[in-house]
Amino acid sequence: MTKFIDLTLSGISTGAVYAAVALALVLIWRATRIVNFAQGAMLMITTFIASAVISSSGSYWLGFGVALAAGLVFGAVVERVLIRHVENAPPLNAVILTLGLYTLLVAVAGMIWGNSPRSFPAAFSLQGYKVGGTRLLFSPNDAFTVLVVIAVAAGLGLLFRFTALGLQMRAAAFAPEVARLLGVRVGRMLTVGWALAAVAGALAGVLVAPSVFLGPNNFDPILISGFVAAVLGGLDSPPGAVIGGLILGLALSYVSGYEGSALAPLAALVILMAVLMVRPGGLFSATKERRV
Amino acid sequence: MSVLGRLRALLGTSTLLRSLVWVVLAGVVLLVISDAVSAYNDLQLATGAYYFAVLAGLTLLAGQSGQISLGHGALMAVGAYAVALLVGNEGWPLVPALVAAVVITALVGIPLGAAASRLRGPYLAGATLAFAVGLPALADKFPATFGGENGLTINPPVPPTSLGETFPLERWEAWIACAGALVVLFVIYNVINSGLGKAMRAVRDDEIAASLCGLRVGRVQTVAFAISAACAGLGGALLAIVLQLAQPGAFPLQLSLSLLTGVVLGGLGSLVGAIWGAALLTLLPNWTDNLAHSFSLSNQVADNLPLAIYGVVLIAAMLVWPSGIQGGVRALGGRLRTVQSWRAQRPRPSGGAGAS
Repeated sequence: MTKFIDLTLSGISTGAVYAAVALALVLIWRATRIVNFAQGAMLMITTFIASAVISSSGSYWLGFGVALAAGLVFGAVVERVLIRHVENAPPLNAVILTLGLYTLLVAVAGMIWGNSPRSFPAAFSLQGYKVGGTRLLFSPNDAFTVLVVIAVAAGLGLLFRFTALGLQMRAAAFAPEVARLLGVRVGRMLTVGWALAAVAGALAGVLVAPSVFLGPNNFDPILISGFVAAVLGGLDSPPGAVIGGLILGLALSYVSGYEGSALAPLAALVILMAVLMVRPGGLFSATKERRV
Repeated sequence: MSVLGRLRALLGTSTLLRSLVWVVLAGVVLLVISDAVSAYNDLQLATGAYYFAVLAGLTLLAGQSGQISLGHGALMAVGAYAVALLVGNEGWPLVPALVAAVVITALVGIPLGAAASRLRGPYLAGATLAFAVGLPALADKFPATFGGENGLTINPPVPPTSLGETFPLERWEAWIACAGALVVLFVIYNVINSGLGKAMRAVRDDEIAASLCGLRVGRVQTVAFAISAACAGLGGALLAIVLQLAQPGAFPLQLSLSLLTGVVLGGLGSLVGAIWGAALLTLLPNWTDNLAHSFSLSNQVADNLPLAIYGVVLIAAMLVWPSGIQGGVRALGGRLRTVQSWRAQRPRPSGGAGAS
């Protein structure tokens, strides 16, 4: 029973990280209809920046803030400089472009910081909570991770539903031409979408780095799981991203806990296929008809 | 009608004959090349040949049928393990083992393709990505059959004694791989130019219109996926024979991604594009490696430079040549023709006018 509770709790905390990455992918998908395969590398870069700030200033929270700010700028720059040129190209071109960006960023990080992973400090203790003499596999840092991701998801929900900016972003995503006629600066909304997505990604990077360590390729599995989670939930739905992340986190935690971690990727495949065969647009897909 | 004229007319009407001419021409060229070059280059030729087999299938899927697959590396693994098990454990001769590997991969591809035909765009990308990541886990789960992390080894193929005692192994491997690539060239050329190919393009361009014309969209997509999977299986099997090894580490997600990259960089949907792509995948890593180590840089920079160059090439290609090398070549050819006809029509300039 303790094992089950442990696996559930650790599943929730890894699921929260998947959810943050999935949120980043969903934001970009909604804004520009592009799957950003460079997301993992972008959050790797912002986490390296945070690491440099933390080690030179000694303040975790300064590094945390710098990572988010760097993400904001980075996302906007990538959209303006690169993505803008392939927004109207065939979808495969955008895929290859983001793969190219991923490759370039991994190489650049390797050149600057080296290829061997390094440790990254956590915001709070990594020692599990003690309940009645047994130590749970759930630390104050895990609690922090879950709370932050919930707060970001809720904040994004509020932004999209209750603010003028959110309304404009939704309009620019769903009906760009009509939105443009009504005075929405569609191009700027796409940039904002990428910037926000990169912030969510940067957050995921800082939160997960203490447990996966910091290296050029260390976040690749997180990106893959985040993408699977986003597809699971439905790429158009931010709540779907969060639910998808939690489902995937829990499922992978149970499978690796009871059956061995080698089977986890296979389990992800089975879950994804099972969901997509019933709902080809993910769990939270809204539209039934197909675009012609 | 002259013999030549009649032959030309026949080539114009018969796809089968035309494809045979191409295959024979390509075969002769490959034979000459493989005889002329060193053992190392023969190995590169073999590498290019098995990449071509996979890319030709992928270009049919992505370019003609309009589906995306991030899982072709895993399909290559299926072919590689099939041939390793049949040749290594069961002692099958090479050709039947290759045929069986193709059939097995196609059989894996059919349910996968049926599932894929329900999915679109990023959902298909996600599902095939999960396939590429998930499948190699089977090798770890059943180490007794698949050899776990170390994989399975295959004895090198033995060149027939009729070729002489000193016939190099690398050249024989290149011949085997090139023969496989030629078979794929023949099959895919005929599929693209058949009714099935036309159906795929119709489905790609407009699913609803295609189904109104009586095409069964799901079935066309499933068939495209199965053919493409069979090609990937053959490519993987040839890889296993050339490397004499089938191992999970040889089929990482990066392989699937670089296959897709090769198809798009070469030029989506065309067989010539697949040749460009195969050449790129074979030669680019070597070139960038040599280039990176020709400067006196610190190891940390030099080791990562090839990767950086590769990334820059991908980004630049998508910004400058969005339709790939073959698209660029075609556009260049078209522009030259326009210039020529424009020159022919333009009256001769009658000196005296200043610099323009």
